[in-house]
Amino acid sequence: MSDVSLHNGIYKTDKLIASDIDAYLNIHQHKSLLRFITCGSVDDGKSTLIGRLLYDSKMIFEDQLATLESDSKRMGTQGQEIDFALLVDGLAAEREQGITIDVAYRFFATEKRKFIVADCPGHEQYTRNMVTGASTADLAVILIDARKGMLVQTRRHSYLAQLLGIKNIVLAVNKMDLIAYDQAKYDAIVAEYTAFTNSIGISDFTAMPISGFKGDNITERSVHMPWYAGPPLIAHLETVALDNDADQAKPLRMPVQWVNRPNLDFRGFSGQIATGIVRPGDAIRVLPSGKTSTITKIVTLDGELSEAVAGQSVTLCFADEIDCSRGDVIAAADNPPEVSDQFESTIVWMADEALVPGRAYWLKLGTQTVSATVQSPKYTINVNNMEHMAAKTLELNAIGVAEILTDKAIVFEPYANNHVLGGYILIDKITNATVAAGMLHFSLRRAQNVHWQATDVGREAHAALKNQKPKILWFTGLSGSGKSTIANEVEKTLNLLNRHTFLLDGDNIRHGLNKDLGFTETDRIENIRRVGEVAKLMADAGLIVLTAFISPFRAERDMVRAMMPEGEFVEIFVDTPIEIAEARDVKGLYKKARAGQLKNFTGIDSPYEPPENPDIRVNTVEMSPVEAAEHIVRQLMPLK
Amino acid sequence: MTKTLTHLARLEAEAIHIMREVVAEADKPVMLYSVGKDSAVMLHLARKAFYPSPPPFPLLHIDTTWKFKAMYALREKAARDAGMELLVHQNPEALARGINPFDHGSLHTDMWKTEGLKQALDEYGFDVAFGGARRDEEKSRAKERIFSFRTATHIWDPKNQRPELWSLYNARKAKAESIRVFPISNWTELDIWQYIHLENIEIVPLYFSAPRPTVTRDGMLLMVDDERFPLKDGEVPVKRSIRFRTLGCYPLTGAVESMASTLPEVIQEMLLTTTSERQGRVIDHDQAASMEKKKQEGYF
Repeated sequence: MSDVSLHNGIYKTDKLIASDIDAYLNIHQHKSLLRFITCGSVDDGKSTLIGRLLYDSKMIFEDQLATLESDSKRMGTQGQEIDFALLVDGLAAEREQGITIDVAYRFFATEKRKFIVADCPGHEQYTRNMVTGASTADLAVILIDARKGMLVQTRRHSYLAQLLGIKNIVLAVNKMDLIAYDQAKYDAIVAEYTAFTNSIGISDFTAMPISGFKGDNITERSVHMPWYAGPPLIAHLETVALDNDADQAKPLRMPVQWVNRPNLDFRGFSGQIATGIVRPGDAIRVLPSGKTSTITKIVTLDGELSEAVAGQSVTLCFADEIDCSRGDVIAAADNPPEVSDQFESTIVWMADEALVPGRAYWLKLGTQTVSATVQSPKYTINVNNMEHMAAKTLELNAIGVAEILTDKAIVFEPYANNHVLGGYILIDKITNATVAAGMLHFSLRRAQNVHWQATDVGREAHAALKNQKPKILWFTGLSGSGKSTIANEVEKTLNLLNRHTFLLDGDNIRHGLNKDLGFTETDRIENIRRVGEVAKLMADAGLIVLTAFISPFRAERDMVRAMMPEGEFVEIFVDTPIEIAEARDVKGLYKKARAGQLKNFTGIDSPYEPPENPDIRVNTVEMSPVEAAEHIVRQLMPLK
Repeated sequence: MTKTLTHLARLEAEAIHIMREVVAEADKPVMLYSVGKDSAVMLHLARKAFYPSPPPFPLLHIDTTWKFKAMYALREKAARDAGMELLVHQNPEALARGINPFDHGSLHTDMWKTEGLKQALDEYGFDVAFGGARRDEEKSRAKERIFSFRTATHIWDPKNQRPELWSLYNARKAKAESIRVFPISNWTELDIWQYIHLENIEIVPLYFSAPRPTVTRDGMLLMVDDERFPLKDGEVPVKRSIRFRTLGCYPLTGAVESMASTLPEVIQEMLLTTTSERQGRVIDHDQAASMEKKKQEGYF
């Protein structure tokens, strides 16, 4: 069984360590690795169970034990007995509060396996932490306090484990010692859990009665529960099937991390194999280009390999000089993954700031990073009862299903088949924070049926005829800063210079094209998106387009900049302090906003994010509109 | 037929994956190199990750001038063997003021290591620094991310760390912010020793037992590595058969008496001993959550 066991409270480490260290090392060297997650709250005895697993596998040294004993007496909850939970509650602040608030990773080993335990907090406000821990787990231990039976959190933890694709679920009915090892109560809990798992689509789980505190059915079969015929927890953990092994049976996929080019004679593609097996001579296809070649060799510092399997980090060489770079996926030639730019996805929101539908975020999936927008969710899921609810956005810890669009096609597989090519994170473009995690389910394919129509008279021809270089002059600034006035002066000057221009004004557009939009954050983003698209069409027609919109958010201005060729988007910051703009109050809007008659007014109850590096900045306190316009036109020269 | 990867093979593949992600996404990465056993494993993994190219970043040693002589000897050789540039930084202020572990207590670590590290990262403009810290070393490390974010002033804010899902690491940051990356986070002390054994990695001989001149101070066995060690009147260092489980500044690193002169013997002793690795280091005993506090201040 395990290489250590507890005898009268004294460890008996494996005899091999003392008698034949080389033989012991040989065994240790061949251990496999299982990653699992424990779900439950402090009350379920989760930390106690983990502490027990570490203690029983001698991962605790005497000095730590001495600290533990003194800590147990000082702040333990188990009287004079050792409080195992104190072993695993890490940061000082958490220890004082008596709760674990982040994912902590613990390590222990038995004769057969090494284990990495993700210890996650159980409360609903820590859903994101549990999702994080579950993302790398092969197995989940769902803890239930035998005295309390199934609780709301049991449902939540089971649902999240299933959502993240964990195939092995252990229902550990803990604290059996406190219900006198009562089989009938245990059976009733298991029956209730079986009914629940059937209802949410978990097809299989393993139930066991344990006591983390007393050590029943942890490393050895409990003498108190002869009626339980199954293995103790450790034996189950030692023998359960590994995801990594199952991944080898799937077709080859390797996201390319880095092109290895030490000299002109060597070109290899480095990455970690996500699924499948690769051997020299195998036919491969590089996605998304679809180009094919053959593997010539698998290169490592230890020599060339005759094969490499899922999980290994290797460098592959091809027979042909085909394009392949970071973000591409090397796949089995006859069984490649899909490529798409529209998906249905489940999203777990992890940031304090809610999802803004329509806003562009970075999406990282495998080694691909692209710009992506999330539509308004179709529904969110109540993690306690799995009911669907209508929602306009996703708040912290919310789980929803929504369409997601990427600005270019990415290589993917449904998360259920492949976690590496189906799991992604979203990153806020301004703060760089990881704001969400998602799982792609399937491609919506609509984009594949709408092809770009190539026209014979292209944008260069339009521009050449007008003898100018198309540009978008994007004026941004507070209401009343002078955007429209200055833009109007600039257009007048450009017309005198025989330039073909068009001025898109915020108020005018809202009378027509955008009259269905209001002033919420989502509507403001859609407003700017449409203006950006219209301005782009006009620039394609060869025009110099001037736009005068408050456009308060950096992310949206950057979105328009990204739609345009390099150098054609000119951000002009009309820099007027709010006190000045409010004092001018040309349209009387500030007065209304201050009186509460106008909601979401920029600068009052809605933020303005000034450009960090505008292409041109004009100061309207020191410059008149005409001077500002002259300054801008000077910066724009030459115009072709 | 399925070939189950061993835990060491999976830990190695994970570390290599992490190192390649950094090189692909960072502007100017560097590997911190302390010459200890964890550094030796890190350097070896870096060679594997980029072979046949040499690792595309330099090594950086934050020197305190108080390391063991044997560490300085291996430092130059290891960098040369890997074909990597070795940068050495010594805090000029600490050097000028003669900061030493005998007279200055915790100021020694603060100035030489914490301040020295910040200075070097700022001076060279490194945006990502690899470190060899492991989650099993100390309780506050168990929750450390693999990609650990530091503000422009190198502050670690435990509340402002990014979630890490699957094997996806978010390496985006603003100018002047930096990331410390720990590719061997999931390794244990036993994994490190086993890997050194399996891969035949060269480590400082001080890890193996030999007769060395020692004195005892505050219950710790210290090695008299050079003439700067202030001996008491009439005190004569005693030759003892000792080795080290962890290496730092020699006046701050406690030795253990041992006869283990081969790697398997060292591992055997480790498995049979009853004290944890960091016991030999003064730094952890200062106060209850001392490592966490140091980390917030910018210590690795």
